[in-house]
Amino acid sequence: MILMVVEHANGKLSKSTYEMATCARELGREGPVTALVLGYATATVANEVALLVDQVLVADHAELAQYDPEIWSAAVAQIASEGDANAVLIGGSRSGREYSPRVAVKLDAPLLEDVVSVVSTEGVVLAERYTYLARVTEKVTADAPVVVITLKQAAFAAATSGTQAAEQFDVELTLPQRRVQITGKSLEKSSRISLAEAEIVVAGGRGVGSAEGFRTLVEGLADVLGAAVGATRAIVDTGWRPYSEQVGQTGKTVQPKIYIAIGISGAVQHLSGMGKSKCIVAINKDADAPIFKVADYGIVGDVNQIVPAMIAAVRK
Amino acid sequence: MRILALIRQVLDAEETVRIRAGEVDLSASKLVVDTMDEYGVEQALRIRESGVDAEVIALAIGAERNREALRTVLAMGADCAIHVTTELALDPIALSKVAAQVAQQEKIDLIFCGGQQADWDSHALGAATAERLQWPQATWVSALEIHGQTLTGRHDAEDGSEMFSVQLPAVVTTQQGLNEPRYPTVPNIMRAKKKELRVVSMESFQVEPKLKVIGAEIQVRARLHKILDGKDASAAAAELVELLRNEARVIA
Ligand SMILES: Cc1cc2nc3c(=O)[nH]c(=O)nc-3n(C[C@H](O)[C@H](O)[C@H](O)COP(=O)(O)OP(=O)(O)OC[C@H]3O[C@@H](n4cnc5c(N)ncnc54)[C@H](O)[C@@H]3O)c2cc1C
Ligand SMILES: Nc1ncnc2c1ncn2[C@@H]1O[C@H](COP(=O)(O)O)[C@@H](O)[C@H]1O
Repeated sequence: MILMVVEHANGKLSKSTYEMATCARELGREGPVTALVLGYATATVANEVALLVDQVLVADHAELAQYDPEIWSAAVAQIASEGDANAVLIGGSRSGREYSPRVAVKLDAPLLEDVVSVVSTEGVVLAERYTYLARVTEKVTADAPVVVITLKQAAFAAATSGTQAAEQFDVELTLPQRRVQITGKSLEKSSRISLAEAEIVVAGGRGVGSAEGFRTLVEGLADVLGAAVGATRAIVDTGWRPYSEQVGQTGKTVQPKIYIAIGISGAVQHLSGMGKSKCIVAINKDADAPIFKVADYGIVGDVNQIVPAMIAAVRK
Repeated sequence: MRILALIRQVLDAEETVRIRAGEVDLSASKLVVDTMDEYGVEQALRIRESGVDAEVIALAIGAERNREALRTVLAMGADCAIHVTTELALDPIALSKVAAQVAQQEKIDLIFCGGQQADWDSHALGAATAERLQWPQATWVSALEIHGQTLTGRHDAEDGSEMFSVQLPAVVTTQQGLNEPRYPTVPNIMRAKKKELRVVSMESFQVEPKLKVIGAEIQVRARLHKILDGKDASAAAAELVELLRNEARVIA
């Protein structure tokens, strides 16, 4: 079977689960596409995913209310072994990237990380992934009876649900003790639309001059466009913006329809987080700034003059 | 306490990536210690400097040139280094087999590993090593304290950050914010030349790559490069907004 581990949050399937379903259907390995739901009070999630796959395995336990990499990897490896899985698909979320290596080690399987395409022919899995801060596309192969694959978010199209619900089965798991205690959480909350899901992102860098400059220029333009806001590490480090807004190698990866970079130089670590955006717009006073090399549109000028004029033009 | 810092040598971020015959070619490029690994070395040194009786051991697995990276972290202050030499390109799952065996042989209590590799964009080495050792892991750690056998700190989680607590032995992977790595000083660079750098052959570890890289290319997305002069700010802004609306059709 092809096993996919369902990603869900707040009682709903995550977009990545629909993407996994597409990948599982097109992978070219044999057997039913099987969804594994891990969590607590997951009935709605299980019903939703039943419309995407051939069968659903459900482990609905209080101990699974809080994610843990050791518990998740043990559960997934157990089900993969018992069901003789030939592929295990895991989302490219933070938790997926964190526990998938443990699953690969438990199954003595190759790990294909963060793939943007994957296909299996005659038992050999061929995948494409980005390397070197997303500057290179590498092709890798794995020749093994079972492979573990994590999918880059938004790289696969979302599958559409069918009308026939697949059968659901409860599974019994032998789970390890939790060894990492979570003693507190601080959630990223924003009144704005989330960076990962936004079609339009307006981002600011050191060129906005100050925290106040970010508010009037970047948030000002984002407000009139209905966009999410992003920031460079330079201004996250100065404390002007929270880390949750950072785009780049050590922050978030985004791929919106349009990314507007305001006062951003375009360092490789920043480009690795937004370089695949469909349309890139740059406003920078330095005509030689590297960001212009990847820009579709841009203005060489002072953000303090250009951006207020853009806000006025959008309003018109 | 014995702390192992995993060290990888990667392309300097300022360097251009070159591809030759379907492979990334690093032969003429400047290579540096992966910044994410430097965070780990720095944190290990800070633990030692805080008065904990600790020894900091750096481990690199790979080609001959990795020795430079080990010399750099010895100059930062690591006590000794181990270089497992191989010309094989190993994926993180294969590498973790070596790292875990070295950790056992060296009776390690705490491993630091970069949260993300700057070359292979992989997050797997730390978690895979933890699994092989049957240790817990804390990933993308941006703040860390140690009290006796207990590590506490903050790490990136799905939708924000979490405070955690875990007992040694454990694997910690690093994230931005953990610390500011120090630069080697000249006296320390001199001192580092006398420190132990043990070279071990790969053969004793029985490791085979799990993946094969069969091609690499640089896909440059064709960009329009319509860059306007902003001397007349309102005219340029109006023209740009018009292009985004009616040519690119990306805003309403
Ligand atoms: C391990 C590691 C990880 C990293 N991860 C990330 C990451 O995830 N995300 C990230 O963003 N960075 C990251 N960085 C940092 C990255 O290298 C750059 O330092 C950073 O992106 C620069 O931010 P910036 O563009 O805001 O600032 P700068 O590089 O200082 O650029 C400011 C730009 O604003 C322009 N400007 C100034 N004033 C004006 C004005 N009035 N009008 C118009 N333009 C103006 C300037 O011409 C300049 O181009 C990382 C670095 C390392 C080592
Ligand atoms: N002691 C040093 N040895 C080598 N390079 C250094 C040293 N101090 C600063 N640099 C370089 O100077 C740049 C700016 O460093 P800083 O002033 O610490 O922000 C860094 O990116 C380093 O490359």
